[in-house]
Amino acid sequence: MANSTLSESLNVQDRSGSSSTMNTSIYRRRRLVNAFNMGASTLTMAFGLFWLFWILFTLLQHGLSGINLQVFTQSTPPPGSQGGLANAIYGSLAMTISGTLIGTPIGILAGIYLAEFGQRGWLAPATRFINDILLSAPSIVIGLFVYEVYVVSVGHFSGWAGSLALALLVIPVVVRTTENMLRLVPNTLREAAAALGAPQWKITLYVTLRSAKAGVLTGILLAIARISGETAPLLFTALNNQFFNSNMNQPMANLPIVIFQFAMSPYEDWHTLAWTGALLITLSVLTLNILARWMGSQKTQSH
Amino acid sequence: MADNNVKLQVKNLNFFYGNFHALKNINLDIAPRMVTAFIGPSGCGKSTLLRTFNRMYELYPGLRSEGEILLDGNNILGRDVDINLLRAKVGMVFQKPTPFPMSIYDNITFGVKLYEKLAKTEMDDRVEWALRKAALWDEVKDKLKQSGNSLSGGQQQRLCIARAVASRPEVLLLDEPTSALDPISTAHIEELIHELKEDYTIAIVTHNMQQAARVSDFTAYMYLGELVEFGETDNIFTAPKQKATEDYITGKFG
Ligand SMILES: Nc1ncnc2c1ncn2[C@@H]1O[C@H](COP(=O)(O)OP(=O)(O)OP(=O)(O)O)[C@@H](O)[C@H]1O
Ligand SMILES: [Mg+2]
Repeated sequence: MANSTLSESLNVQDRSGSSSTMNTSIYRRRRLVNAFNMGASTLTMAFGLFWLFWILFTLLQHGLSGINLQVFTQSTPPPGSQGGLANAIYGSLAMTISGTLIGTPIGILAGIYLAEFGQRGWLAPATRFINDILLSAPSIVIGLFVYEVYVVSVGHFSGWAGSLALALLVIPVVVRTTENMLRLVPNTLREAAAALGAPQWKITLYVTLRSAKAGVLTGILLAIARISGETAPLLFTALNNQFFNSNMNQPMANLPIVIFQFAMSPYEDWHTLAWTGALLITLSVLTLNILARWMGSQKTQSH
Repeated sequence: MADNNVKLQVKNLNFFYGNFHALKNINLDIAPRMVTAFIGPSGCGKSTLLRTFNRMYELYPGLRSEGEILLDGNNILGRDVDINLLRAKVGMVFQKPTPFPMSIYDNITFGVKLYEKLAKTEMDDRVEWALRKAALWDEVKDKLKQSGNSLSGGQQQRLCIARAVASRPEVLLLDEPTSALDPISTAHIEELIHELKEDYTIAIVTHNMQQAARVSDFTAYMYLGELVEFGETDNIFTAPKQKATEDYITGKFG
């Protein structure tokens, strides 16, 4: 009896001994795999960042020299004369802002519908499906669509048409982020509000949407960042305008198309303006993204 | 028609999560201004039963109840019942603290404002009253404008209790209100339950036998969706009629 327990315990020792050598070999292997993966991902990251910094560097190199007061005060010049980008900057701002103002409320409302009311019935899944298609639709298709339904029927290009096309790009982004952010709000919070006898709209407005506020705002900023560099949807809608124009009902200059037109031209001073415009867009997109990131991190901190 | 000794009368109540039969033929009378405790192993349907009392299950599709629950003699499961009004009368506190993303003050007034119009001073008084009831006033009286999220877990839970109390419901449902709290906060809340009993009818779910014995006047033991035994707490804990109840209470099972 005592013998058998002894041999058993020996056995156990033996087994644990062999398994511990196995563990070290597994451990060594894992360290190797880990080192390899770390190396590979660092390399890929460096590869990606390399291009990014190259782009930024080129932009700064060519664009920085062109930045002066004139850029913001004068309109696009004919070739060979002095000028700036004031009309294009104004047009871009006006259309981006109005596109956002049109698209955001629609997007938020649709996102709320999907997240808070969309558990029953077929309408929500259908809306979600269409929204996904809209989200991945090439922006030139959106431009053509607005051209067909709006520009053709009123008979001329205009700032409003451009805003409309941009709004159509904003909507799916905002719908998606709003829905996702609202879904992250725990149901217990909704139940707690409902348990006090609050009607659904008050729960959504004062409790759920408020909890998701930072995330929803981040989505809006990302949507703005997306549309502020879009060229294709403006091509068939706002077109361009050589002169300063604040009438949204007329063709409007905007940075992306001016960049496109000036960069394709053979004139040196137009090239400089194109670089400057590109730098301005990139910097504003960068700022928006940093802002969005910052707000996102604020949100996670508060929880 | 309303029996003076019954606040909530559960009659042949069945509950279904889709096809899953979660509550089976529950019959039970809850006395006014008393504390009724619901005990039983995890998954036996305590929360489900509690959530039929304010029809919380209606938030989700596919859940349904059969039978009757009479609140002061009126069937609250009826079709024409205004659910929001019902929930204003039957308040609830959940297991995890759920402060709203707003100030401590606004957390309390949110529910009050839904059904009452109070002047600023009256509202201030109500907030203080509710926070005092929940034994939280001294800790937060200087930071009412701060976010409810800035409080500790135990304080948040007491805030939720204050919030539920502030709109003066007739019935208060507590689903494991102290399971996330330290002994001191738990003691606070148990004291609070004793105090609230003077004005409210209280139903509490708990996994803590001592707590059930300490705070409740009546105890219901549930198992697998059925009500096994129901009676005065003293009787249930000293002389249970069913073997199953005894086994659970003494810790032989569960
Ligand atoms: N949303 C749901 N869908 C389907 N079944 C559910 C759902 N919620 C609960 N159930 C089931 O209903 C039964 C009762 O659940 P309930 O939450 O009421 O238990 P409980 O007694 O409160 O348990 P605990 O002590 O763990 O909180 C369980 O078997 C559970 O699996
Ligand atoms: Mg439960």
